[in-house]
Amino acid sequence: MSLDRSDIDKIAHLARLAITPEQSARYAADLSNILTLVAQMDSVDTSGVEPMAHPLHMVQRLRPDEAREPDQRAHFQSIAPLTEGGLYLVPKVLD
Amino acid sequence: MQNKSIAQLAADLRLRRYSSVELTRHYLDRIERLDPRLNSFVTVAAESALAAAERADRALKSGDTGPLTGIPIAHKDIFCTEGIRTSCGSRMLDNFIAPYDATVVERLAAAGAVVLGKTNMDEFAMGSSNETSFYGPVKNPWDESRVPGGSSGGSAAAVAARFCAAATGTDTGGSIRQPAALCGISGIKPTYGRCSRWGMIAFASSLDQAGVMARSAADAAFVLDEMAGFDPRDSTSADVPVPDYVDALDDDLHGLRIGLPKEYFGAGLDSRVAAVIQDAIKEYEALGARIVEISLPNSPLSVPVYYVVAPAECSSNLARFDGVRYGHRCENPQDLADLYQRSRAEGFGAEVQRRIMIGTYVLSAGYYDAYYLKAQKIRHLIADDFKRAFEQVDVIMGPTSPTTAFALGSKMDDPVAMYLNDIYTIATNLAGLPGMSIPVEPVDGLPVGLQIIGNYFDEARLLNVAHRFQHVTHWHQAAPAGFE
Repeated sequence: MSLDRSDIDKIAHLARLAITPEQSARYAADLSNILTLVAQMDSVDTSGVEPMAHPLHMVQRLRPDEAREPDQRAHFQSIAPLTEGGLYLVPKVLD
Repeated sequence: MQNKSIAQLAADLRLRRYSSVELTRHYLDRIERLDPRLNSFVTVAAESALAAAERADRALKSGDTGPLTGIPIAHKDIFCTEGIRTSCGSRMLDNFIAPYDATVVERLAAAGAVVLGKTNMDEFAMGSSNETSFYGPVKNPWDESRVPGGSSGGSAAAVAARFCAAATGTDTGGSIRQPAALCGISGIKPTYGRCSRWGMIAFASSLDQAGVMARSAADAAFVLDEMAGFDPRDSTSADVPVPDYVDALDDDLHGLRIGLPKEYFGAGLDSRVAAVIQDAIKEYEALGARIVEISLPNSPLSVPVYYVVAPAECSSNLARFDGVRYGHRCENPQDLADLYQRSRAEGFGAEVQRRIMIGTYVLSAGYYDAYYLKAQKIRHLIADDFKRAFEQVDVIMGPTSPTTAFALGSKMDDPVAMYLNDIYTIATNLAGLPGMSIPVEPVDGLPVGLQIIGNYFDEARLLNVAHRFQHVTHWHQAAPAGFE
C-alpha cells in the first residue's frame, strides 16, 4: 500500500494537523512503509474469526445515574489557555 | 544506601538508622550530580519530596506506617500528579499541571512513598528508545552513547542509575519490559486491568497497563502490592482479588513447566543474546523446572496488528488535545480550524503525528474492515495461541528484546526498524497477559533481559519465578560504572 502527498494531506485534515509540504512528503514515505508492514495481515485467513476488541471479556459496569463529582470548574479552568466568565474561549465561529 | 533493597530501606527507616529526609536528600543529591549525564528526569520535585519525607518521618516516629513509608520513588511523567507538571514527554503538555492525582499515584502516596519527581519518556509513550521526548533523549547508564529503550526509558535509566528505589512505568507494547531489559533492571507489566488507568494519560486504551520498574523482583513485589487492585473510576479495571505478591516470592519452582516458543528464538535474534537466554533457562532447570517446546504460530503478526490497533486507539484518544481546555495553544489563531490544526501540529512531535495519521487512515471510511476489523480478528488468533500454550505450561520464557541497547540516533529515520524492536513484547499486550523482564548475563557489558510471560492475573507467579532466579544469580545487583 502506497500513499502519496495528496492522501497525506487528506488524512492530516481529518486528524486536524497543519503540516508543511516537506512534512507531507516525508509522512507519505513513512506511512507507506508502515502500511507495507501492516499488509502482512493479508496473508492470514480470518474467515469465521470473531474480532477481539478488548483483552478481558468484561461488560461495562453500571452505576446509579447520580451526580458524584463536586463542581470543580474553577479548578479545572485554571489550566485553560483562555476563559471568560466560566467559559472556554475560541475564535469566533459565527459572525 | 542506594544499593539497598526496599525491604532493607524500610527496615532501616523503622530502626531509625537514618531518616526518610536523609534518604530523600541522598537520592536528590545523586540526581543533581549525575542525572545531567542521563536526562532521566523531566521534573525533580525536591520541595514536595522533602515535605513528604518529613511527614513520613513523623509517621515512622508514631508507628503509623504503611509498607512504603519514607521510600523514595519516581513516577513516569504519564501519571497525573496534582501540583507537579505532567508533560507526557510532549510539548503539548509542557505547561500542564494536572488538577488531580492518578489512582496509582494516590495509592503509592497512601502507602507512604515519597515522590522524587517525574521521569522522561517517549512522547505520549510512543517509541522504543526514549528519543521522541520533547525533553531530549535519555542515555543508557551502561553506555551513554546508547538508548535506554522506551517508552519508560527515564524510569529504567533512573532505577539502573540508583536515582530512586523504584519507579512506575506503563506498557502498551513493551514499554516497561524493553527498557528494563536494556537497562539491566526488573520490570513487570501486570495483566490488563490489574492496575488502574485512571489519571494515566491514554495512548491505546485496550493495551495500556501500569507497572513497576525496580532493581529486583522482590522490590517490584513490594510496590505492586500497593498499586494493584480494583478502581471503580476506571471502567476497564479488573475486579479480581489481589494476592500478597511478597508472600509468594519464595515458593519452590520444582515441577514448574516453562514453555519456550520457537518463534521467539528464530531469525532476527542476536545469537549472543540467544546464548545468554539459554544459559538462564538452564539455571531454571537446575531449580527444578521442566522445559516444554511450544509454538505461538501467529506471534510474528503481532507487530503488524499492533500498528493498526494502537494507532487507531491513539488517534481517537489524542483527539482531545485541541488547544481549548488545557495544553498547548497556538498564537493568534485565525479561526477555530486554525486553532485546532496549528495547536496540534505545534504540540505533537513527528512520531505522534505519524501514529495519529495511521490511526486516522485505518479508521477512515472504506478502510475500517480491511485494517481495524482484520487486525482485531488476528488479535483473537494471537490470544488463542497463548490460551493453548497455557494449557501445557505455567510460564513462557524468551528474550525481551532481540538485541542489546542500540546506538542513539541509529533507528530514528526508520520507524519500521524501530517498531520491530518490540517483536517479542507486543503479543502479550494484544492478549492482555502479564509479562516481566529480568536481567541475565550481559553481552559485551550491555544488559540482556529474560522475558517471563504468565497467564491472566498470575503476577504472583511471575514475581516468584523471577525472585528465585535472582536468589541464585547476581546479575540484578550489578550497577553501571559511575553509578554504583
